[in-house]
Amino acid sequence: MIKAHLHKTLKGPNGVMPLDVDIQFEQGSFNALFGPSGAGKTSTLRMLSGLLSPESGKITNHNEVWFDSEKSVNLAAGKRNIGYLFQDLALFPNMSIRQNLQYASGKNPNNALIAELLRLTELESLADQKPYVLSGGQAKRAALARALAQEPQLLLLDEPFTALDQKLRLEFQDHLLELHSRFGFSVILVSHDLPEVCKLAAHVWVLDNGSITRSGSPAIIFGLDRSDKQVTVLAQVIAKTATGLMVSANGQQFEIKTDHTNDKYGLGSWVPVGLPTDSATLLDNNE
Amino acid sequence: MLSLNSVNWDPLLLTLKLAILTTVLLLLVAIPLGYWLAYSKTKLKPILTVLISMPLVLPPTVLGFYFLIAFSPNNAFGAWLDSVLGLRLVFSFGGLVIASMLYGLPFMIHPVLAGFKSLPPQYKEASKLMGRSRLDTLRQVLLPNMKPALMSGLVLTFAHTLGEFGVVLMIGGAIPEKTRVASIAIYEEVEKLNFGQAHLYSLVLFLISFVILFWVYTRGAKNWGGFGK
Repeated sequence: MIKAHLHKTLKGPNGVMPLDVDIQFEQGSFNALFGPSGAGKTSTLRMLSGLLSPESGKITNHNEVWFDSEKSVNLAAGKRNIGYLFQDLALFPNMSIRQNLQYASGKNPNNALIAELLRLTELESLADQKPYVLSGGQAKRAALARALAQEPQLLLLDEPFTALDQKLRLEFQDHLLELHSRFGFSVILVSHDLPEVCKLAAHVWVLDNGSITRSGSPAIIFGLDRSDKQVTVLAQVIAKTATGLMVSANGQQFEIKTDHTNDKYGLGSWVPVGLPTDSATLLDNNE
Repeated sequence: MLSLNSVNWDPLLLTLKLAILTTVLLLLVAIPLGYWLAYSKTKLKPILTVLISMPLVLPPTVLGFYFLIAFSPNNAFGAWLDSVLGLRLVFSFGGLVIASMLYGLPFMIHPVLAGFKSLPPQYKEASKLMGRSRLDTLRQVLLPNMKPALMSGLVLTFAHTLGEFGVVLMIGGAIPEKTRVASIAIYEEVEKLNFGQAHLYSLVLFLISFVILFWVYTRGAKNWGGFGK
C-alpha cells in the first residue's frame, strides 16, 4: 500500500494556493484524480514521483519511506520505480520506438517484455521507426509502452486522453485496461473527463482548489448522491391548447400543462422543459 | 611571382592546429558548463553569464594584456605555474591555446546553452524517472537531440579562432613555428611589403571562413539561439 500526505504551497495563475493531499491505495488498484484545471492534480503526481518536493509530508510504500520531511528523507525519483506518462509524451526523438523502450528498460533491457509490450500496443510494425513518424494515437501508445518497459509498480498518467478523438480515446482506454490487468501495476490517472474516470477507475479522489473534497468509487461519487431529479430539454411550442402548450422535442410531441398561455410562449418559441428522471427507462434502439 | 614551393606554410598549419585544438577542448568545457548554466538555479548565473560573454565586447588586447600579466613568471600565478607545473604560458603555444579558449568561449557556449534550453524539460525528467544517471541522460538523450546546436558551436568557434589577432599577438608574440599564426603572419608580411605571401594567407583564411559561415547560415542558422534567461 502506498500512503501519501503531501503539502506544498503552489504559485499559479490565480495566485497562491495551498495544496494539501492525503491519499492511500493498494498495490494493483486503478485510481483517478479528478478535478478542474489548476486544482493541483499534476503537482500531486509530480510530488509522488519525486520530480517535485513537497514542503512537508510523508510518502511511504509498504515499509519503504519515499519522502519524510521530518526525517529529511527524499528518495530520488529514479529509485521509486514509477512509470510516468507525460502530457506531451516526451518520447526521445533520436531513438526508434524500440530503442525508447530499451532505454526505459535499463542497462540490460528485458527484450521479451519489450516485444510483448509492442505487440499489446499494436506497434510491432512501427518498432524501428522514429517517433516523428507516428500518429497521435500511436505516439500515445508508444509512450504508454515505454512507461511500462521499466516494469513500474506505479503508473502515473497525466491526462493521457487529451488531443485524441473519441474513437482513439476508447481504443487507448481499452489498451490501458488490458495492460493493467496483464501486469498488475497500480495506476493514478489524472483526468477531468467524467465518463473516462467512471470507465477506468475503481476509486476516485475529487481534487478541488488544492484539497480532496470527496473520495470513493466513481459510482458513489458521481452517481447516486449527485443524481438529478429531473433532466432539462429544450422544446419548441407548436400549438396552444385549452390546458397548456403542445411542444415538440427530439422529434416527439407532447403536452405541457400550464396556466401561462399568454403571448410569452408564442408559436415556434423555444421553452425549457423539465422531465422527471425517476421514471426514465432504457430504450432499445438496435432494432 | 610567388612560387608555391617557396611558400612558408607554417603559419597556416599553426593556425589550423590552434583552431582545431581550441575547438575540441572548448567543446569539452562547454558541455558541462552549458548543462550547469541551463539547469542550475544558482544566483551566480547572471555574473557568470556576463563574464563568459565579455570577450564578445572587450578589445582582444585587454584580454591579452591580462593574460600576459597573469602568466608572466614575474608574477605569483605565473611563477607558481612555472615552478609547480613546469608551465611557461607566455610566448608559448600552450598559452595561446588557453587564451584562445577563453576568448572563444562565448562562441561555443551560446549555441550549446541554446541547445540545452531548446529541449523540453520532460526529456530529462523522463530519463530520471527511468532511473538513468545524469551522464546516461546527457550522453544518450540530451546531446543526441541537440546535434545541430553542437555543430554550430564547433563551426563558429573554429572560424572565430582562425581569425584571432589581438590576444594571440599579446600573449604569444610572433615566434615562427610556435606562435606566429596566419593572421599575424599576414600583418608582418604586409609590413615587409611582401604582398604575394600576405595575399596567399589572406585568401586561404577568406575561403575557409566563407565556407564555414555559408554552412552556418544555410544549414545551422536556426540553431544559433539567444543567450536565454
